[in-house]
Amino acid sequence: MPDPVKFTIDGLALSAPPGTSVIDAAKKAGIEVPSFCYYEGLTLVAACRMCLVEVEKMPKLMTACTLPVAEGMVVRTNTPQVHTARKYMLEFLLTNHPLDCPVCDKGGECELQDMAFRYGAGESRYTETKVHTPEKQFSPVVFFDAPRCILCYRCVRVCDEGMGVKALGVVSRGVVSEIAPNHGDHLECDECGACIDICPVGALTSGTYRYQTRPWEMTHVGTICTHCSDGCKTTLGTRNDRILRGNNRDRSGINGEFLCIKGRYGFDFYDHPDRLQAPLVRKDGKLEEVSWSEALAAVANKFQQVLGEEGSFGIIGSNHTTNEENYYLQKFARQVLGTNNIDHHRTGDVVTTLDALSGKTGKLATVADLYRAKAVLVLGADLALEHPLLSFQIRANYRHHQAHVYVVTANPVREDKYAAAVVRGRDYASLAARLKAEPDLAILFDDSYKGDDIRAVVEFGEQLGIPVKYVPLVDRSNSRGAVDMGLTPELLPGYQPSGQPGLHYDEMAAADLSVLWVVGANPLKAGASRKAGFLVVQDMFLTETAAQADVVLPAACAYEKNGTVTSGTGELQRIERAVNTMGAKADLEIIGYVAREMGAAAKMGPWTPDAVFQEIRGAVRGYNVPMPVLVTGGAAGTTPINGRVAADARPDLVRSDHNGLFASGTLGRYSKILNSVVESRQSR
Amino acid sequence: MLYNPPSPLETKVLSRRFGLPDSAAIGTYLATDGYQAFLKASKMTPAQIIDEIKASNLRGRGGAGFPTGMKWSFVPRTSPKPKYIVVNGDEGEPGTCKDRVLMENDPHSLIEGCLIAGLAVDAHAGYVYIRGEYRYLIEILEKALAEAYAKGWLGKNIQGTGFDFDLYAHTGAGSYECGEESALLESLEGKRGVPRIRPPFPAVSGAFQCPSVLNNVETFCAVPHILLGGGKAFADLGVPKAGGTKLTALSGHINRPGVYELRLGFPVRQLIEEVGGGIPNGKKLKAFIPGGSSCPILTAAECEGATMDYDSMASRKSMLGSGGVIIMDEDTSMVKVGLRLMRFYSHESCGWCIPCREGTTWLTKIMTRFYDGNGSRADIDLLGDIAKNMLGRTFCPLGDAAALPMISLVEKFRDEFEDYLKGKRREETSGRLVTV
Repeated sequence: MPDPVKFTIDGLALSAPPGTSVIDAAKKAGIEVPSFCYYEGLTLVAACRMCLVEVEKMPKLMTACTLPVAEGMVVRTNTPQVHTARKYMLEFLLTNHPLDCPVCDKGGECELQDMAFRYGAGESRYTETKVHTPEKQFSPVVFFDAPRCILCYRCVRVCDEGMGVKALGVVSRGVVSEIAPNHGDHLECDECGACIDICPVGALTSGTYRYQTRPWEMTHVGTICTHCSDGCKTTLGTRNDRILRGNNRDRSGINGEFLCIKGRYGFDFYDHPDRLQAPLVRKDGKLEEVSWSEALAAVANKFQQVLGEEGSFGIIGSNHTTNEENYYLQKFARQVLGTNNIDHHRTGDVVTTLDALSGKTGKLATVADLYRAKAVLVLGADLALEHPLLSFQIRANYRHHQAHVYVVTANPVREDKYAAAVVRGRDYASLAARLKAEPDLAILFDDSYKGDDIRAVVEFGEQLGIPVKYVPLVDRSNSRGAVDMGLTPELLPGYQPSGQPGLHYDEMAAADLSVLWVVGANPLKAGASRKAGFLVVQDMFLTETAAQADVVLPAACAYEKNGTVTSGTGELQRIERAVNTMGAKADLEIIGYVAREMGAAAKMGPWTPDAVFQEIRGAVRGYNVPMPVLVTGGAAGTTPINGRVAADARPDLVRSDHNGLFASGTLGRYSKILNSVVESRQSR
Repeated sequence: MLYNPPSPLETKVLSRRFGLPDSAAIGTYLATDGYQAFLKASKMTPAQIIDEIKASNLRGRGGAGFPTGMKWSFVPRTSPKPKYIVVNGDEGEPGTCKDRVLMENDPHSLIEGCLIAGLAVDAHAGYVYIRGEYRYLIEILEKALAEAYAKGWLGKNIQGTGFDFDLYAHTGAGSYECGEESALLESLEGKRGVPRIRPPFPAVSGAFQCPSVLNNVETFCAVPHILLGGGKAFADLGVPKAGGTKLTALSGHINRPGVYELRLGFPVRQLIEEVGGGIPNGKKLKAFIPGGSSCPILTAAECEGATMDYDSMASRKSMLGSGGVIIMDEDTSMVKVGLRLMRFYSHESCGWCIPCREGTTWLTKIMTRFYDGNGSRADIDLLGDIAKNMLGRTFCPLGDAAALPMISLVEKFRDEFEDYLKGKRREETSGRLVTV
């Protein structure tokens, strides 16, 4: 570590490592230096000229963003000259800025408004006509209002550097310079909306949120995105029980500001017109809306009857539901219904991975590890499409720390562009010599590596002689949690063997069971007909499976309930209720009510998320996380077992959906925005 | 092809081949000591070459006047990266037309200058970036390059010296901003022509992030003469802190406009009266722009005793600049001058930074309104104030280039602006000025 540099800002004696910019040093010291174009993590452009400061012995004002601190440097940010510069820079900016703040989406949370408020320029001397160009639509997600744009180039940079997409650029010059999309009049990109959220003004607005509300009318609820397994925190802005937008501008959560289209806009399935809002019971061959009490009684009576007849039960759980729901469901299955016929759609071979790593500690890489690792090896997965956060982290790691990224995939992937080495196929062993020279390594693999493949990867990693961490990639928001919670026939919560493995997912869908109970899954998606004598489905929509059910119970979505989920990289995070949909109930509640109807409430214990979580903390290793971290919205790492898993991992049952950016299993069908992006591409 | 007959007061160094039959051809060049400076330099060490340039007191001819020898010495010779020579031929400064005359009449001296620079900094490739509007020069330069390759003055192992050098001509797309060295480099690399953050300077990280020597055409053209005649002889042609001659482009209200090569330190009065043949119709001098429109405008009174060199102009709070002298006679409307200049700068502002993008446009709008007769006294103050708010706060010098003449106009010719409001509009007698 080089010696820190000593300098003063506004008379405060400070020190910082060499190379620190004055703007960062000032921020750390609590001195605000305003800026538009400077943005942490992105390259410098020094275009907005707002951060001008006075530096002793320098003839001109200097931009604090490009100026590194130097020994003995004397900086002043609070002088008449600096105040004047800021004020008139804002006056310049406002000359061509339309003062349509009353109808601008950004009004109230606009950096230009805030700056004008703080640094003056409330009165303008500008009396000429303003440059105006009509608004443009770049994509279903992105709208661009050029006159509002202050050309800070944040969008251009976040798209290029952050997302690795480079879909935005600048055309023309001078006062008519404009941000432009990559394909003539439209964008072909990830549609992540990062450009919209990073825009300091209302130049880029989102197709879903624009003209919906004033920002101050919303309630903001931080929760976890329910789509893929990356575990991004998304802060939902709600008003009158409606979700109006998602973003994460406060950088809370493991994803910082990152969100893909699903996290930012993909919440919209919750108010799809097909959403179920009343229980359905099949009467004379047709599903009819009934009251909750009637539906619950029908389910409980049937369950009691089958129990009495010693009939067979099968339970299929979900990889979207919370840990509490999964835990409670398997408890119900095993203790009330007395069966190990319980499973979920497995999308990554977590079990083999944990077994192969038995006895070793700290071997599972977290999202943060991917930003810090000196080297990353990607096996099989197209991260940019299937795990956009992980891809973003690795890209940021490369940009900020020059991490070496090794890609071993069948097809070209976005990581190729900056990879230290690319191998097409599966021959990762050919990289052994180069990997041995790395200080440390993180290995990610998708479902094309399972069972013995994973054991081979772990063996390979462990003989490199460097610290190696692993990420077994899974599909959905709680895929990892579903295995941890024992939603498999062969394993109980915490990877304890169940003794007598029951039927698995495919077997249950095809078996002549007395009762099949499906919670948040769609096993008959492919069009098979039900075999079970009685089919109960808990879901948000009338899926292929639900359409064949005897009883359909309308379930709340992830944004309508509380609980915890575990990301693919093992971060345990809380989800929080943002809105309510009339008629729907959280799966945990539904299971609890069924238990109550059956007189098993006492056996099952309370069906509140907190109570169930306390039970999980005791039952599953790794989930005994510090509560303050969890309740304040933090993420706590979990390692659910450190020892051999004494059961067959059944790698043959593992299959990922490999959903890209605009698909999300059955849920994706009900998202207007995901569909509109797909449709707009097909219509070209 | 020459545009004007030479003046007996000229000191022909860079322009000595002008007027020779087929002056741009390699045969003519070789017959007049052509490429001899390169052969001489090839036997010298890089340090000796740079010392010779330093001894010549050669200062950058593009406008900033940075000592050339010092600039070359900043290039890290030991860097493992390739080094490049980049010629700034994006002559866009209004009133300046000297580089095109050099490239047109003596392109081989430019090529030789690049070769010598290559020897000095261990570069083996170079680019001549030519202003987009100078389309016809591309052909001339391409022909000269082909000749040089054919005769073995470019390419591998040049004339058995063991030195390899490739030179390419590259054309801009018509942006004034690309004359700013870092924007030129961006444009050369195929990107949008906007300036880069400096440091790092091109000497350390220039073309393609590699160490580069970036100089004006005239600067490179002076190099062979310095090597041949010796640095001291070149220095002696000029004034103590700036050696050699300067190509001066004389335009505006003058009887004999044209490009003249004059010693640095040449008296302004003599320049106007004798070299330029005075102002047409015996009119009096009103204003004088010494080095392209980006320099603060001098009044006739301020020109008294002035000489064409860096210090004399700096003492009058203007600049020698690129040597584009614009003469304005007593009938010139300074309001119209202001409008014309601001139109130029707002048209050419690249748009990268706020004060330049918005400031130049605002100034143009006020000037347009003012010129149309809808101005007010407050506008005069506002013009000066806007320009002052731009000055020193823009990303690159383009903002200053727009602000400086505006400030000098409203400060030095305020009366005229006020008179204009009262209806005493001075219509120009000559239309030539507005053609800059």
